[in-house]
Amino acid sequence: MADVKEAVKEKSMVIQKEMLANLFTELSTAKENGKKVVYTFVPGNITELILAMDMLPVYPEINALQSGMRKKSGSYIKDAEKVGFSEDVCTYVKCDIGMMLNGNIGPTGEKLPEPDLLLLSYTGCFTFMKWFENLERLYPGVEIAMLHTPYQEDGKITEDQVNYMVKQLKEDVIPKMEKVAGKKLDYDRLSKMLENSSKAEDLWVQVLQSAKNVPSPIDAYFAGVYYMGPLNTAFRGTEIALEYYQELHNEVFERMKLGLHPVTPEGEMKEERFRLVVEGPPNWTNFREFWKIFYDMGAVIVASTYTKVGGLYDQGFRHDPEKPLESLAKYCMGCYTNLNLPQRVDLLEHYIKEYKADGFLINSIKSCNSFSAGQLLMMREIEQRCGIPVGFIESDLVDPRYFSYANIKNRLESYFQMLGQRKVIMEQEGQTV
Amino acid sequence: MTEAPDRLKTILDECKTLAFDLNFTLAKDWKKESSDRLLVGYLPIYVPREIIHAANGLPVGIMGAGDRKQIIKGDAYYQSYICHLPRGIVEMALDTNLENFDGFLFPSICDCVRNLSGMFKLVKKGKFTRYFDYPQNFEKHIGGTFYRELIETILQDMYQINGVKVTPEKLNHAIGLYNTNRQLIEAIYNIRQDAPWRLSAVDTYHILRAGLTIPVEKHNEILQEVVTLIGEEYGEPLDNIRIVVSGSFCEQPPIGLIKSVEMAGCYIVDDDFMLGSRWIQGDMDNSTSDPLNEIVDGFLTKSAPSSAVYDVGNPKGARLVKLVKERNADGVIFCAASFCDPALLDRPELQKSCDAGGIAHINFQFHENTGQFKVIKEQAGTFSDSIKLWV
Ligand code: SF4
Ligand code: SF4
Repeated sequence: MADVKEAVKEKSMVIQKEMLANLFTELSTAKENGKKVVYTFVPGNITELILAMDMLPVYPEINALQSGMRKKSGSYIKDAEKVGFSEDVCTYVKCDIGMMLNGNIGPTGEKLPEPDLLLLSYTGCFTFMKWFENLERLYPGVEIAMLHTPYQEDGKITEDQVNYMVKQLKEDVIPKMEKVAGKKLDYDRLSKMLENSSKAEDLWVQVLQSAKNVPSPIDAYFAGVYYMGPLNTAFRGTEIALEYYQELHNEVFERMKLGLHPVTPEGEMKEERFRLVVEGPPNWTNFREFWKIFYDMGAVIVASTYTKVGGLYDQGFRHDPEKPLESLAKYCMGCYTNLNLPQRVDLLEHYIKEYKADGFLINSIKSCNSFSAGQLLMMREIEQRCGIPVGFIESDLVDPRYFSYANIKNRLESYFQMLGQRKVIMEQEGQTV
Repeated sequence: MTEAPDRLKTILDECKTLAFDLNFTLAKDWKKESSDRLLVGYLPIYVPREIIHAANGLPVGIMGAGDRKQIIKGDAYYQSYICHLPRGIVEMALDTNLENFDGFLFPSICDCVRNLSGMFKLVKKGKFTRYFDYPQNFEKHIGGTFYRELIETILQDMYQINGVKVTPEKLNHAIGLYNTNRQLIEAIYNIRQDAPWRLSAVDTYHILRAGLTIPVEKHNEILQEVVTLIGEEYGEPLDNIRIVVSGSFCEQPPIGLIKSVEMAGCYIVDDDFMLGSRWIQGDMDNSTSDPLNEIVDGFLTKSAPSSAVYDVGNPKGARLVKLVKERNADGVIFCAASFCDPALLDRPELQKSCDAGGIAHINFQFHENTGQFKVIKEQAGTFSDSIKLWV
């Protein structure tokens, strides 16, 4: 396996680390301090509502990915399989269930508090519903609220869909949240948070779009998953998130001004040989080794769909303080995995062209039907529409049994070789790639 | 009489052919008879077929290619870790099987079916393709309103093709026909509960699946005849155990699998193979001035327990245990398609409910085109023997 050196930390990384440490400390003392805890999902989350009622969010998916990165997921998954979960099903669910079976110890080594509310915001993935049904049985009697997010089946968000979601929020979800929080929702406070969200989203979009520059100052996938963290999870709408994105923005734009390449765990990349667009989540169990294969080859991911699971801000969406509930509804429906397949293909085509990509790569995840079902057709479409080399690799999010380093490395090396040859030919023919 | 009546054998042969006619010949012939007729394909599990009938359409259940069609192109569209059903359906879509269909409905049961709806859009199959996103909120004025709007959108899709206006009379008529259809199916299950030897599970399967490919009027005639015929005494009971099969609501087990379970000494007294045809539990009122409201209410309040519907407050485990008791069954066989997240994620909880209710169970997974049943037969045989030992 590849030897990966220690990461170099920028200031924004330090801020994010502190944000997370504080959150987990707050969580570990939540019960003593009378803070209510809400378990909820990342895509289409309604964090501002949770925070506006002074509750603390826990995201089981984040716990799962952290367990993957800390090499704990393998045994958690096996424990879930021992209690009857099939080898075939989503490993995020099994990792989470396994973690609970093992005392619910969070990423910082402290026990996570039990939920006071299970908030099933059901966006872009049917498995979430099953996951929550299972959680509900692990915490019998806990308050549970469901927010059903309709799918953009026709490639657009309709008024009927917005009304359906707003009604659910107003008449079901918010009253349940208020009951658990023991206080009424302060709409002014919510609006203020949404205003913060919107400002942070502006900064985030500029960071993402910095990758249009040649060379790109960021890796919009491997580093992108860190950059997107605060906005996708517990911090959207907060001042500290705004501070984080301002800092990140400054760093990225400074790098761009200096013509620098992305920062990797082993320092700054020295060249940009290939610009790629990637579809699908990364693997977490071998994240660093996986990334290293790319930066060692000078491959930079200039746009990715995974960094849009928490919202398609780069396509214009912003939380709107003037219309809080409508905008939360539209936000939920606008997340990447809630787009239909033709929309996903259109978006990828747009990225490939806008970001001047040399290649398109799919990392197909065994666990995740929401992403993976249909990807092979998407790949063909992209090949036809964009005429660039497409690559396809397979792994899993958190099940180490499905990450074959040698296999993936071989495939990627052949792919990069193909990209390299194509570049040479095109340069000889005087074409721009 | 000890032999099944000849007439029954003839009906069963007919149903067997209809059930696996993947070219849907009869449905296509039906459409040819008039230019304003529609064929609307739907995937498992449930769509309110009444609305299609009222729009002068024939709802056709597309339950996959099973082991009846060689998959050549379909496999190139799916990774190995995705269930088999969609690849068979893609194969059918790229071949001629689904030609002349006007539209397709993809119920919101999982992300594979959801994304398949997008694949149909990308390959431009049908004049309309809808992901049938039924509500997971069951409040009438919230989920109900949304559901009604969804149905109205589909009515509009159909109207744009054939210009047929759906009236309350037509909807009420359709509701009545499907009420009858479900009553007759239940009657068959009830007779089989008392005398499962009169109609095998495989034959029952063929009869129900045939109904997905023909007009409901014709299916009702078949069902009526079957009810009458199996109402007579014939055959001898075997020393079999009685089981409920759970988890096969979407991708269908191959017939060989169902047969193997029966041959291993198990009477299947209930199952979820054709759950969509039995989805609404009880009748819907077919005499109101707002039949659409009845259809909405039917979904909100009379839906069968299913992995596709959010069950907090109405847990599936308890409902399965109740079914086992009502059917006087000895055990449950959990039989889900490999890689089927909805079924397999429900399984541990359903098993727990069975344990708590003192109900024996085993489980296995299958692909619709599995060809080897030896292991399954052995497992089911051992299960049957162990139950016989204790009962
Ligand atoms: S199927 Fe995919 S989106 Fe859904 S919970 Fe699993 S990993 Fe997440
Ligand atoms: S078999 Fe299961 S996973 Fe596959 S399409 Fe059907 S419900 Fe979805």
